[in-house]
Amino acid sequence: MRYLPNSPAERAAMLEATGHRSIEELFNQIPDNLKLRGPLNLPGPLSEPEILEFFRQAASQSSRDYVSLLGAGAYTHYRPVAVDALISRGEFFTAYTPYQAELAQGTLQAMFEFQTLITQLTGMEVSNASLYDGSTATTEAVLMALRITGREKVVVARTLHPEYREVLATYVRHQNVEVAEIPCAPSGQADLSKLEAALTRETAAVVIQSPNFFGALEPIRQVAELAHQQGALLIVSIAEPLSLGIIQPPRDADIVCGEAQSFGVPVAFGGPYVGFLACREKLVRQMPGRLVGQTSDSAARRGFVLTLATREQHIRREKATSNICTNQSLCALAATIYLCLLGKKGLKALAEQNLAKAHYAAEQLRAVPGVATPFSAPFFNEFVVKVPGEAEGLLAALRDEKIIGGLNLARFYPELKNHLLVCVTETVSRAAIDRMREVYRRIQTQSNSSGSAAEIPSASVARN
Amino acid sequence: MNFPDNLKYTKDHEWIRVDENIGTIGITDYAQKELGDIVFVELPKAGDHVTAKESFGTVESVKAVSEIYSPVDGEVVAANPKVQASPELLNADPHGDAWLIRVRLADRSDIEGLMTAEDYEAYISQEKAH
Amino acid sequence: MENRIRHARTHITRNEDLIFERTSPGKSGVELPPLDVPSVPADQLLGSDFHRDEVEGFPEVSELEVIRHFTRLSTWNYGVDTGLYPLGSCTMKYNPRVNEVVARLDGLATDHPYAPEALAQGCLRVLHETARCLAEITGMDAVSLQPAAGAQGELTGILMIRACLAERGNPRKYILIPDSAHGTNPASATISGYEVRNIKSNAQGCVDLAELDRALTEDVAGLMLTNPNTLGIFEAKIAEICELVHSRGGLVYMDGANMNALVGVARPADFGVDVMHLNLHKTFTTPHGGGGPGSGPVAVKRFLEPYLPLPVVEKTADGTYRLDSSRPKSIGRVRAFCGNFGMAVRALAYILANGYEGLRQTTEDAVLNANYVMTRLKDLYDLPYDQPCMHECVFSDRRQAARGVRTMDIAKRLIDYGFHPYTTAFPLIVSGALMIEPTESAGKTELDEFIEAMRAIAEEIEEDPQFVLKAPYSTRVSRLDEATAARKPILRWKP
Repeated sequence: MRYLPNSPAERAAMLEATGHRSIEELFNQIPDNLKLRGPLNLPGPLSEPEILEFFRQAASQSSRDYVSLLGAGAYTHYRPVAVDALISRGEFFTAYTPYQAELAQGTLQAMFEFQTLITQLTGMEVSNASLYDGSTATTEAVLMALRITGREKVVVARTLHPEYREVLATYVRHQNVEVAEIPCAPSGQADLSKLEAALTRETAAVVIQSPNFFGALEPIRQVAELAHQQGALLIVSIAEPLSLGIIQPPRDADIVCGEAQSFGVPVAFGGPYVGFLACREKLVRQMPGRLVGQTSDSAARRGFVLTLATREQHIRREKATSNICTNQSLCALAATIYLCLLGKKGLKALAEQNLAKAHYAAEQLRAVPGVATPFSAPFFNEFVVKVPGEAEGLLAALRDEKIIGGLNLARFYPELKNHLLVCVTETVSRAAIDRMREVYRRIQTQSNSSGSAAEIPSASVARN
Repeated sequence: MNFPDNLKYTKDHEWIRVDENIGTIGITDYAQKELGDIVFVELPKAGDHVTAKESFGTVESVKAVSEIYSPVDGEVVAANPKVQASPELLNADPHGDAWLIRVRLADRSDIEGLMTAEDYEAYISQEKAH
Repeated sequence: MENRIRHARTHITRNEDLIFERTSPGKSGVELPPLDVPSVPADQLLGSDFHRDEVEGFPEVSELEVIRHFTRLSTWNYGVDTGLYPLGSCTMKYNPRVNEVVARLDGLATDHPYAPEALAQGCLRVLHETARCLAEITGMDAVSLQPAAGAQGELTGILMIRACLAERGNPRKYILIPDSAHGTNPASATISGYEVRNIKSNAQGCVDLAELDRALTEDVAGLMLTNPNTLGIFEAKIAEICELVHSRGGLVYMDGANMNALVGVARPADFGVDVMHLNLHKTFTTPHGGGGPGSGPVAVKRFLEPYLPLPVVEKTADGTYRLDSSRPKSIGRVRAFCGNFGMAVRALAYILANGYEGLRQTTEDAVLNANYVMTRLKDLYDLPYDQPCMHECVFSDRRQAARGVRTMDIAKRLIDYGFHPYTTAFPLIVSGALMIEPTESAGKTELDEFIEAMRAIAEEIEEDPQFVLKAPYSTRVSRLDEATAARKPILRWKP
């Protein structure tokens, strides 16, 4: 077995030193009737070329030759090669959580830089060293707000990622917490009058995503005013943080959380990703997750340590702020390296390219008769399209052209039948957008001639 | 270690000094030594109620959290802002400057069950033997 | 000795600034391809309420500076690639390089989680095959790869217990947890809406059956148990424990953090365990990454399968794979998308590399290594539970504490000998614990060096305890002031 360093002779010598006669004897504490009899039914052992072959074969059954217009919380961006080159250094990826600070200054300083970058992006005062992903970061933000306010009601915009809402529901189901949902207005943003009506002095937090699940930017200042009038905290969740390169951060929020996968972490069929959570300084002791702080050593040299650890499970056990033990250190490191490479100029330029591509695509599609972009709110790199005919038919036609045309919103919003969520990042070429437009045109012409695509009544988006 | 005679002590290592019907409460010299460098103190506000043998706050060192239990029933009349701003005071002067809260006692007889300095010192040496 | 070498305070690779301090305006580490669509006036398109001109304070550095910055930082770290990392309960074993290569293949790293199932058969197959292998290894009937880490696996498992008991009529109120358990256990039980009752271990460091019997009231939903426990001792009465819990209508959760002692040797399903989690980043060689990402698959018996978190990967009759999200009894989603897929790829690569024979040999080596270290150190370090161990052994600092040196001080001195410290001060039931888990990734030569180092430190403590108290001497920074860090937290750089 190529991973094991001991030779048979070394094993024999060690066994002798322990005073045991056989390896079996070492397992004597396990009662005989609980021991495995016979081999396990497992594949392998395989040599390295065979392993590569197995996974290359799996990788071939994929969408890798397709242009993807999928976003919806997982964004395909170009990853500079330096990211993988650096996170592949064994000192980074084979290290543990930096409990022994003297041997982990590399990880600790990088996490301190990650925390700084997140505060700069989000306009918050402090950030933790990352959480599992955007859905759990948003959920942890809500749990934090419940602890801070001592209240038991939460108001969530229906424009928050549907899977984030589902994860939140799983976590609060047994905590006596009431979650109310605010419908979407015709602009594609949360309905503020409904929000105002839903807020009471018992509301712990308002949770809103911006850009929201439909790509629309939410009016954070107004939402903050409404929330704060009732003494509730405002939680802003951000699934596409590249938007912060060109869009004002939610400075009026109390907690800003979300998903930083966009920053140099591959979409990888959903994970691992990297959640973040930032907030106002006065809330820091209720924060979940690891925090890195600056301090000095006995010779007054700057150094970094994990700090405020008494919030955490290994000390406070059942009274901890969260059950979280790991962060997503290596993914946070990837994000840190990615953001350092881009820097101030690169981040802005990349955000501008995404904005331009998405708006070009929206224009091209809108120009096809029978196609509409029903929401009026400003958007970043993602928008909703009402398609001619059946969405699934269009998506199939696009697939024939090697294009994955977006997410059929009916999957999460039954009221949005035949609406697609389309994301256009810098990785999608103009030629691909034009090809997509031509498929839309063809489908539109076909459905017109067959007469089946009489004007579909615009779905009511507002639903409580 | 220091065991002032004018204080009464609990088994959870708090002390109380009573003047008229106002009790001043803190943690003992022994407690601060056991905890090590104290980095954070969480206390109730004036007007809050505390109950005998129930926790009213926490004291944190770098790697431990300790609940503080009230020796008496009563209403908090003051929490020490100095110790909240500079938790390290608890390591320096636990029986003096670093008192934690002042409480208006509901029932002065609460303090009768508490230990004297002599009792407490004996109790500590017993604890340590374990 | 102190003054023989004068430290060069300006040594550039040991005094790397924060990246923000290396910034100079106008630089960037990337250049974008030219925009192939018309550019848009962002300020007009977004409006002044939304438009942001720049991110203040953001770094501005070239690619080379980024490479040097993070390369220098990396050299201040210690990883499994550097040397022995005997961190008990963390299973710091070799992370095979081929795992990293296959996880980055185009088609696996690039598939979108909402890709049409017909175009994601490769990813779905990897998930399905990984789950099948883990079910085989644990003996359980079904596995979900959704949980993002061990702690989330615990939460998922306890929520499933709750859902099952609720359907039987009463979710009950308490979860029993031995005092030797990881801190995540009680924290996870609390989030699941349970109150935690701790049960004391017996003189052998195991669950006390009489104590368990007393604690098992009709309000108890279940027991969370780590086996082998955090002392590295197998709970030999595990079958009786499970039977007892079941006889009172409760369920048994096993924390599989220590599965490195059992793979290929015994299966938790045969113990009577109902639900458990595995840590792919411990037993199955996915890298710890300096603190994540992890992955905490949950394995269950058949009767708990309806409650698995969404979505569930299924193999259909025609041999294709699909995601099932319509399971009415499911506890719901615990994380967006399909779990930490990239970790499943790596774990499967590890299982494939080993096969049954390799996995069993791995377990045997892990247990042999731990027993070897225990045998060779117990004359100098106090061994509170003196019996053969499984994959890790736990000493106490009792003898050294008498000289004023505690477990953390010994750990810091070990750094000077070139080793990563063991786990300090855990489990809590051992005063001043030294928890040593060599794993199978240490050879005899390296273990002998480690043992010599531990023996040398024991001697140093006898001769000059003050010297040990100031260790480490060989690292870039000496002991850091954690108290000031916590009293006046500085959590970000400011200009």
